[in-house]
Amino acid sequence: MNHIAPAVLDVSRIRQDFPILSQTVRGKPLVFLDSAASAQKPRPVIDAMVNAMETQYANIHRGLHWMSERTTEAYEATRDDAARLLNAADRAEIVFVRNSTEAINLVAHSYGRGVLKPGQAVLISAMEHHSNIVPWHMLRDDRGIELRIAPITDAGELDLAAFERLLEDGKVGLVSITHMSNVLGTYTPAERIVQIAHAHGAKVLFDGSQAIVHRRIDVQALGCDFYVFTGHKLYGPTGIGVLWARRELLEQMPPFLGGGDMISSVTYERSTWAAVPHKFEAGTPAILEGIALGAAIRYVESLGYDAIAAHEQVLTDHAIFRLSAIEGLTIIGRAQDRGGVVSFTIDRAHAHDVATLLDRSGIAVRAGHHCAEPLMRRLGIDSTARASFAAYTLPSEIDALADALARVREFFG
Amino acid sequence: MSVPDVRDLYQEVVLEHGRHPRHAGKPDAYDFSSRGENPMCGDRVEVFFSCGPDGRIVDPRFDARGCAISIASADLMAETVAGLDPDEARRTFARFCEMAHTGAYSDGDARMELLRPLAGVHEYPSRVKCATLPWHALMAAIEGRGVATSE
Repeated sequence: MNHIAPAVLDVSRIRQDFPILSQTVRGKPLVFLDSAASAQKPRPVIDAMVNAMETQYANIHRGLHWMSERTTEAYEATRDDAARLLNAADRAEIVFVRNSTEAINLVAHSYGRGVLKPGQAVLISAMEHHSNIVPWHMLRDDRGIELRIAPITDAGELDLAAFERLLEDGKVGLVSITHMSNVLGTYTPAERIVQIAHAHGAKVLFDGSQAIVHRRIDVQALGCDFYVFTGHKLYGPTGIGVLWARRELLEQMPPFLGGGDMISSVTYERSTWAAVPHKFEAGTPAILEGIALGAAIRYVESLGYDAIAAHEQVLTDHAIFRLSAIEGLTIIGRAQDRGGVVSFTIDRAHAHDVATLLDRSGIAVRAGHHCAEPLMRRLGIDSTARASFAAYTLPSEIDALADALARVREFFG
Repeated sequence: MSVPDVRDLYQEVVLEHGRHPRHAGKPDAYDFSSRGENPMCGDRVEVFFSCGPDGRIVDPRFDARGCAISIASADLMAETVAGLDPDEARRTFARFCEMAHTGAYSDGDARMELLRPLAGVHEYPSRVKCATLPWHALMAAIEGRGVATSE
């Protein structure tokens, strides 16, 4: 599908694509400001799953019948969609996984245990999601591969000078870092990170779970080595995500899970592996979800990343403007380059209490540590409330949030 | 626009105990303590008490980082269990859990009157664990376990 993307999103038309947005919650129109946790699903994604189940469902890759061939075609078409989305050089560089967490675990297991050597180090940042911390703890404890943490500034930006110093002894084999913080909204300076890391002999993995929702990603232009994202934040289904890696790295890496679909041949004595990407795709995959991820990617492309990014910039600026005016409210994270995620704390009101009161106004936000406990500790807080925006978010919804927060202040004042 | 209808959860008593808890702070001396942690949200509470010569709970206190519901619940719990023996505390815990999940408890118990302002939490499934966390910590302290979780 080749659409000419308009410069400005027609949000009211987009909202008609999302059936759930016409729901009321507790008798009030739904104001869904929790898309960074998981986005709502547009009609083409819903239809893709339903149509597949109703018209062309069978197991893939090995059926010798019409249904299996059609299903395989639809599933494999998503590999082309994902390759196009990331501007990958080769569709075989797209490995389907369940989510970003599985993608990072795959890299930690396969690249970490199969390619990195004890004595080498992995470098992450101080603003990672647990999914980009815990797999490296496990690798460190299993294989003696050091884990280093690049600090952030008080504004919530990567400290690039400190980042470079941590690479200077040449021991870091892999930098694994978020492309956009799920708590602070900060974009990390991806091109600079790659330049610095490569200059010191380290590969780079970006956790693009948040970034890919808001920004066009070109892995060849970024020059990175691994890029991971999850489908459900990109308006797609749960249970499907993507690991992109350079083909030569995938060739070099041993398999992650063993089983059907990932082998070339099996005897009782040994197995040989299928070619990439299938070497990493053991077992029957999330077929329906994979098919629907393709619909989600084509939907996002039809909106156009330039228009999405411009829309979300307006929303973010508006949110920061409105929330900054609320006495006792502190916005957490003040990065220059940031996306549509705004975390905040309110004096004398815990984030959970804030979220409960907002919920009773029909407003859905996330509250807690956002699976980033070390970052919370770095910031000296226990939790935040977080509003996050999507292509379907209206400025009036941010006004509803700001008005409700002013009442929360009164309630707990 | 008015404050949404949350007074069933945030009754004045609850707000007051959340803002100005009377039993907060780690005591200088105590016999038993335990931590309660909610790994999903990061709330933490530590419960302390001394043991009287007859085995009863003396001067229960807590140190918490959490929401208004968990602080109020910890404070009301401390008021309730002071002077109880471990078996009485266990029975009160069971009744409190029943109330937190259903809004009511099955038999008359004068001690429960103090805890009744928290009954509204049963309408908020995601907040029940906020109310029960300090109780899980108290039970862990009574059973001699170091840490409890409300998950």
